[in-house]
Amino acid sequence: MRRLLILLAVVAMLAAACSSSSDETTTTAAGGTDESTTTAAPAESDLQAKVNACQPGETDGDLNLYNWTEYIPYGSAAEDFEVTDLVAKFEEETGVKIVQTFYEDNETMLAQIEAGGAPYDLIVPSDYMVSTMADPEVNLLVKVNKDAIPNLKNLDPLFTNLPFDPNGDYSVPYQAGTSGIGFSFEALDAAGVDYENGISWGLIFDPEMSAPFTGKISMLNDERETLGAALKYLGYSVNTTSQEELDEATAILKDANSRIAAYDSAAFDDLLMSGETVVAHGWNGGFLGSFDQASTDDYDAYEYYGYAVPNEGGIVWVDLMAIPVTAEHPCTALTFMNFILDAENGGELTNYTYYMSPNLAAYEYIDPEILGDEMVFPSEETMSKLEFIADVGDFSLQYSDAFAAAKG
Amino acid sequence: MTLLDDRTSEEANPELEKKAERAESWRGFFVALPTYVFLVLFFVLPLIIIAVISFAERSRTGKPILGEWTLEWWIKLGDPLVRSVTFRSIWLAFLNTAFSLLLGYPFAYWIATRKKAMTRNFLLVLVLIPFWSNFLVRTYAWRTLLDSNGMITKIGEATGLWGKMLFTEPAVFLGLLYGYLPFMVLPLYAAIEHLDWNLVEAARDLYAGAWKAFRKVTLPLSMPGIIAGSILVFIPSLGAYVTPDLLGGSKTTLLGNYIVTQFKSGRNWPFGAALSVTILVIMMIATVIYFKKGGKTL
Repeated sequence: MRRLLILLAVVAMLAAACSSSSDETTTTAAGGTDESTTTAAPAESDLQAKVNACQPGETDGDLNLYNWTEYIPYGSAAEDFEVTDLVAKFEEETGVKIVQTFYEDNETMLAQIEAGGAPYDLIVPSDYMVSTMADPEVNLLVKVNKDAIPNLKNLDPLFTNLPFDPNGDYSVPYQAGTSGIGFSFEALDAAGVDYENGISWGLIFDPEMSAPFTGKISMLNDERETLGAALKYLGYSVNTTSQEELDEATAILKDANSRIAAYDSAAFDDLLMSGETVVAHGWNGGFLGSFDQASTDDYDAYEYYGYAVPNEGGIVWVDLMAIPVTAEHPCTALTFMNFILDAENGGELTNYTYYMSPNLAAYEYIDPEILGDEMVFPSEETMSKLEFIADVGDFSLQYSDAFAAAKG
Repeated sequence: MTLLDDRTSEEANPELEKKAERAESWRGFFVALPTYVFLVLFFVLPLIIIAVISFAERSRTGKPILGEWTLEWWIKLGDPLVRSVTFRSIWLAFLNTAFSLLLGYPFAYWIATRKKAMTRNFLLVLVLIPFWSNFLVRTYAWRTLLDSNGMITKIGEATGLWGKMLFTEPAVFLGLLYGYLPFMVLPLYAAIEHLDWNLVEAARDLYAGAWKAFRKVTLPLSMPGIIAGSILVFIPSLGAYVTPDLLGGSKTTLLGNYIVTQFKSGRNWPFGAALSVTILVIMMIATVIYFKKGGKTL
């Protein structure tokens, strides 16, 4: 009997250990039946006709919004940031409700939409994910009806001709940002690095310049971002499909691997703020949020920490609103897109997220301090050196393998 | 049991005995039916699905295209990259198993030889207590212990024995050892506790030294526990995924992480499936060895 009990205990422990390690996959697997994917094709054309018939300001039911976390001000968060509750405002203006669901990475969202389980009306994929989803072979997005979004005129021309959606047929920009290096001034001073005229990716990749930071560097755990940084350092495009260029980038990342403490996409800002790292590759919004949180009345984190896009250039990303083929209330989705592109609403959005606004008309409503901050709105010179991550098709397999190989 | 005993008196009637046997086997089948259904639905079927997917072509989003078949992903398993990832994972799992055994055996022996049942049960509960909280939470706790300001780092610095361990291989090793040690201790305890100590006494009576008695009697008799514990530690270590990510800073690619990448950013489900089948085959071989070596007694 005791043996049986012990065996039971062991099995229970095994189950507990396994369940904790598979947490992430269960969320993606929870999608739905395959049935809806197969039925999506004929329904798609009906949906497209429905979208094309939508009038500006028309609503056809509650909005099922599938968005990133902390990406729209509402409830107590809006109060904390002293910005307009955009969800409440939209509900008041249109009389329909917004039902929010959240995701934390593009692939999770993709799996949900592909499974076809939940009828989301609006999703917010990042750059290359739009071309992946709009691909005729995959066919997960419907074209937007531009006539129903008069505020499209407010868009910054920079965001109207994106490599992953050339005419903006499938998507409307939501917020944008950059990836670069967050660093501690103290550490750079101690190493004698001059940062007055900008910084270099050499802080990570140059064996000599980065030597003082050995074991205090973190990079994103993302093959396209991290190999993209290495490619930029070498002067190549982040979207290269040349195996030689990728091999070269892999080699310098492999060399830097011994100096890198961790690859972390979730806590890169926390590691910098806790002193675990002094040079951190990451997204601007993450750093700025942490700098702000750490600052108090008598401590200004901006005096100790900085963020910049290196002089060699970097990556600019944009999240876009799109209507998936599973949508049931496409007219409300279009009205919501128009609502976000409104000057005042767009301004309030950036005042909350600290991300770059693709909405030129919104600039007058953005807090001047944020607008003047080069960490949020890069100078034109910096902008000219930034690249979007484009879908490289099957070559993406080379990127994942190169990343695994560089890590060793 | 009583049923079987009763039947022996009716051996004269072979017909009746056969009938009873058949009825017995049917009863057994129905009793086990829910388990059969559960295992088929949630174990055998998913396994077959994974195996099928591993032969499918990959769509642009990385999903399998059922109907277009290829051996590409199985051939890709021979890549030097895959081989080095596999060997590294097996090596780490083996190392973890060996150290768990080295640490776990004396500990299990000590618990099993306590005189009072109360003491033994109390010590066993202590082994189990960590499992009352989630594995992920416990791994995060290790992160705090091992970082620059962590207690373990401070102790190491004060004594000059070790430095900061977070994001190094020793940290991953420590995390795995901590996580899976109880899986080693419990089966060992069960094996040692049920040992027939008269045999050890007999060995000593026949002039075997303490070491010789242990090597010739105790160790062979506790072998089922050693094998069971080793399997229970080796298998989850081989698929370890959270620990290398959180404590190793995802700096080295192990099989678990490599498989996750294929299903997420790598967008190559068929290849991920082929890798998963491979890991299962390795585990199956380990389990077969276990049963062959007489682990049946657990």
